[in-house]
Amino acid sequence: MPDVTELVTRPGMARCPTERVFAVNANAGNLEALEASLLADIASAADEASIEAVRLAALGKKGSISEVLKTLGAMSAEERQVKGPAINGLKNRITEALAARKAELKDVAITARLAAEKVDVTLPVRQSPAERGRIHPISQVIDEIAAIFGDLGFAIAEGPDIESDHYNFTALNFPEGHPAREMHDTFFFQPDDKGERKLLRTHTSPVQIRTMEKQKPPIRIVIPGKTYRQDSDATHSPMFHQVEGLVIDKSANVANMKWVLEEFCKAFFEVPSVKMRFRPSFFPFTEPSLEVDIQCDRSRPGEVRFGEGSDWMEILGCGMVHPNVLRHGGLDPDEYQGFAWGMGIDRIAMLKYGMPDLRAFFDADVRWLSHYGFRPLDMPTLFGGLSP
Amino acid sequence: MKFTLSWLKDHLETDAPLSEIVERLTSIGLEVEHVDDKSSLKPFVIAKVLTAVQHPDADRLRVLTVDTGNGKPPVQVVCGAPNARAGLIGAFAAPGAYVPGIDVTLTVGKIRGVESHGMMCSERELQLSDEHNGIIDLPEDAPVGTSFAAYAHLDDPLIEINLTPNRPDATSVYGIARDLAASGLGTLKSDPIEAIAGKGETPVKVTIEAPELCLGFALRLVRGVKNGPSPKWLQQRLIAIGLRPISALVDITNYVTFDRGRPLHVFDARKVAGNLVVRHARDGEKVLALDGREYTLTPDMCVIADDNGVESIAGIMGGEHSGCDEHTSDVLIESALWDPITTARTGRTLSIITDARYRFERGVDPEFMVPGIELATKLVLDLCGGTPAQTEVVGYAGHTPKMVRFPLAEVKRLTGIEVPGATSLDILSRLGFKPEGSGDVVNVAVPSWRPDVDGKADLVEEVMRIHGVDNIVSQPLGAHDAVNGRILTTLQIRTRTAKRALGVRGMMEAVTWSFIPAKHAELFGGGQTALKLANPIAADMSDMRPSLLPGLIAAAQRNADRGIGDVALFEVSGTYEGDGADQQRRVAAGVRRGTAKLEGSGRNWAGNSGPVGVFDAKADAIAALEACGAPVDRLQIEPRGPAWYHPGRSGTIKLGPKTVLGTFGEFHPKTLEGLDASGPLCGFEVFVDAVPEPKAKPTKTKPKLELSAFQGVKRDFAFVVDKSVEAGTLVRAALAADKKLISGVSVFDIFEGASLGEGKKSIAIEVSIQPLERTLTDEDFEALARRVVENVGKQTGGVLRG
Repeated sequence: MPDVTELVTRPGMARCPTERVFAVNANAGNLEALEASLLADIASAADEASIEAVRLAALGKKGSISEVLKTLGAMSAEERQVKGPAINGLKNRITEALAARKAELKDVAITARLAAEKVDVTLPVRQSPAERGRIHPISQVIDEIAAIFGDLGFAIAEGPDIESDHYNFTALNFPEGHPAREMHDTFFFQPDDKGERKLLRTHTSPVQIRTMEKQKPPIRIVIPGKTYRQDSDATHSPMFHQVEGLVIDKSANVANMKWVLEEFCKAFFEVPSVKMRFRPSFFPFTEPSLEVDIQCDRSRPGEVRFGEGSDWMEILGCGMVHPNVLRHGGLDPDEYQGFAWGMGIDRIAMLKYGMPDLRAFFDADVRWLSHYGFRPLDMPTLFGGLSP
Repeated sequence: MKFTLSWLKDHLETDAPLSEIVERLTSIGLEVEHVDDKSSLKPFVIAKVLTAVQHPDADRLRVLTVDTGNGKPPVQVVCGAPNARAGLIGAFAAPGAYVPGIDVTLTVGKIRGVESHGMMCSERELQLSDEHNGIIDLPEDAPVGTSFAAYAHLDDPLIEINLTPNRPDATSVYGIARDLAASGLGTLKSDPIEAIAGKGETPVKVTIEAPELCLGFALRLVRGVKNGPSPKWLQQRLIAIGLRPISALVDITNYVTFDRGRPLHVFDARKVAGNLVVRHARDGEKVLALDGREYTLTPDMCVIADDNGVESIAGIMGGEHSGCDEHTSDVLIESALWDPITTARTGRTLSIITDARYRFERGVDPEFMVPGIELATKLVLDLCGGTPAQTEVVGYAGHTPKMVRFPLAEVKRLTGIEVPGATSLDILSRLGFKPEGSGDVVNVAVPSWRPDVDGKADLVEEVMRIHGVDNIVSQPLGAHDAVNGRILTTLQIRTRTAKRALGVRGMMEAVTWSFIPAKHAELFGGGQTALKLANPIAADMSDMRPSLLPGLIAAAQRNADRGIGDVALFEVSGTYEGDGADQQRRVAAGVRRGTAKLEGSGRNWAGNSGPVGVFDAKADAIAALEACGAPVDRLQIEPRGPAWYHPGRSGTIKLGPKTVLGTFGEFHPKTLEGLDASGPLCGFEVFVDAVPEPKAKPTKTKPKLELSAFQGVKRDFAFVVDKSVEAGTLVRAALAADKKLISGVSVFDIFEGASLGEGKKSIAIEVSIQPLERTLTDEDFEALARRVVENVGKQTGGVLRG
């Protein structure tokens, strides 16, 4: 049995204080000294590797505590009864101290790593493409219109921009040479071999005839689209957008038309009530014909409020479908009747959202689009709110 | 159509105030566009400056004593006008008067210590003009103490109506009065026009050689007239509505035109050679018209000619040669019925807008042709003296009124309002219609002045507008069973989704012109004759666009020229392959310029955005197609887009061998040069209408999701291939090596270098393997890898990189 005072140092591990191997004499004094020495080693361990080295030196196969434990086997029962708990107590305390120091060191390491990983979170991030993109007010307003009329049971119909004289004028009861034709400032193409001259539709009304030709009543359609007239200033553009509505069945009358238009205006301008003034007017394709003014307040510069105020603003034209138009669409005007209306999409967009100049609609200035355009995920619906 | 209130009251007996008349006009369909009411000038009186002395304390002010008439003592007025002088007669405003031009109600005040009891006004202060260099300076004979407004004829409000083209009857003050009277606002003054007996025949005879262009012609000679200036009342009326008084004879024709909607013409009888002929113009025939311009005529136009040639362009404008002047002693008055369409077309061709044309092309009252000449004769005799010959009427067959069968229930059927039959008939009668018969259906004779009324719907409109559209109570539209199954068509849904999909890729939606410069159209395969406008609004808006790209590129460049070079724009709209209804395509297109990439543009601390290129455009195109519901996994990407793209950096997206769904790429330098644009620029076009309609499916249930219980594995391969080998081919070959086990192949590296050998490149792929039935063994993997290598080798000639 080596003397407990004899201290052996293992070659190659000299730098490690835990390499001291205690003689395996489990005297109380020796155990205390061993414990103090180990605890000092644990406390001074600066990283996980050092703590592991201390653990091995104490609890490894040939560790100091393991060696002391081995002496138990040679002890007498009485002696074991006394020394056993002391040695095991030592083992447990050292084990706990090791674990505690290990956890402490881990925390220190994590804290140090996290400190090193710190960044400046005020650095700006790139905006989401979905937030940068824009939907043109014309598209947005067309979607708004579709949401409203879709709810009223209307379908959306479309037709070509390049039209024949028949669909644009004749079938819509514009007599040849009538001044009403001239009022349309039509864009024409060169006559073809047969002398037929195509034109750019001056209104969306040709789609009325095209629809009647392929669909039997009841008809409830809304027709948005591009229209063209030779005109250009702040409120007129050679290309503009119209939306037209058509209802044909066996009973639709002016009173129904009034209701539909009132419902539309309330929904579109998002006001609880709106006053409308109907005035007799003239359009070749309707009889009787009416123009509609909407009550508004224009007293604040650059702003229009609907549903209040004392001004009237012309907003649309409408009327009962002219019997000749029904006939051109292949319908008997004594059996079927209906109404139609039309208005400028650009114009109602300007009224609702306050764009001052129509020409800017077609300039694609990204500053304008960014300001007046709509976020692509703001889809107009009745249940989710028409406008953002 | 303009008229004054006093003129209206010539024909309408009414106590209604101006505001009520204006409101009623609009509510019966004669929309009032403008009212010029100078009633605010009522307090201003004509006053005379008696003395004018320098203000004691102000260099530029004078102290006036002013005689305001009516025996009142003179008042003291301080005035700053440079022309204020003793003897001046002007417009005076007393304390209490509101001066509109300065928005002030006057009070007695001290100006630099001197009391001022009113104001001598400038034209600007009265809002008559912008004149403010001095106070109003009236002629010496202006009656002091009387109303200035009355003196200056400013007390008669002017009303302007925006007349719809269907209402020729309302191109006259009389006709407007008739409509107002029918609406219950006063009584139409009965004003019968008596025939004036003439002495002897009118010696000039009229032959109508073109009866289809002239439905009647009345002519009358008045000898021995004196054609001086017309009287003041007539001049004032014409001036008030914006016409220039010329001479009594000419003013009479203008007056009757506006008063009765009956245009007339007067010839100087001594300048007319021989008889008059109404005929087609001869091709190239010239006439110097009353506006001093020479017009060259064509055979579809109608003229009045004598032995000298054309004396008048029928219904539009007389000729200078036979016009009346101050020397005219014998006058021929013409009242004719001209064909509306010919008049409209001639006026349009010659670009002549006259009050006569305006009425003839809308259709004048044929029954007033003769009364019109009688009225004119009376005015000529009253104003110019002379002796009338008998009126010659040629070619007029008389007027047979149109009869309209009118079921009274039609009013309710079309408008939804309950109007008693008797009320409807009463309204029609007051408008001059003559209902015949009784019961539920009556026959209604249409008055000669309402050519616009053809059928029962027109009569409903008459009843509705006079009864009052305010009386229509809105009624909900009934429920809509089976009206339309769908609200949007597939194309409309795809259009909408494509817009939103491109929007969320950071692009902004532009709406550009459908017509573009011819040069731009030609660069993109357009420019054909059928798509060229005959009358473009500007030379650079002449051709219907064959593609959305030139407009978008030009728009991107405009932004760049404004200093914003990184822009991403898109448009989903129409392009034109021809002028047929089925040749308009629905296209989604977009361009990116500068560094406008999906993730953002410009410099950034986390990494700068590089220049946009072909792959940005490709990603946009595929995203748009995906949004349109195209089967993205079956798309074929072929190298090269159309000629306007960079030949080595563009592609075509196809579905099957024939269907082209889109193109994408960077642009050919010549394209950009032609558009005056500079890069970096890339773009795409996707043909929304070419994406096949989704197949109708019997169920919306999605196929069952099969999830493998075995772990997926990834294996990398690098192949050395010829440079010309397309990555797409290699990927397809790898995928085909085992369609069951290989769930995906991605390209993670492309390398070219001398180490690979001349003309070679390396393509590195990651193959995702998904075991389905059991865990794969090493042998399985080896076998699979062999198949990948073999298949790639077979399809591309590629070998594993050593």
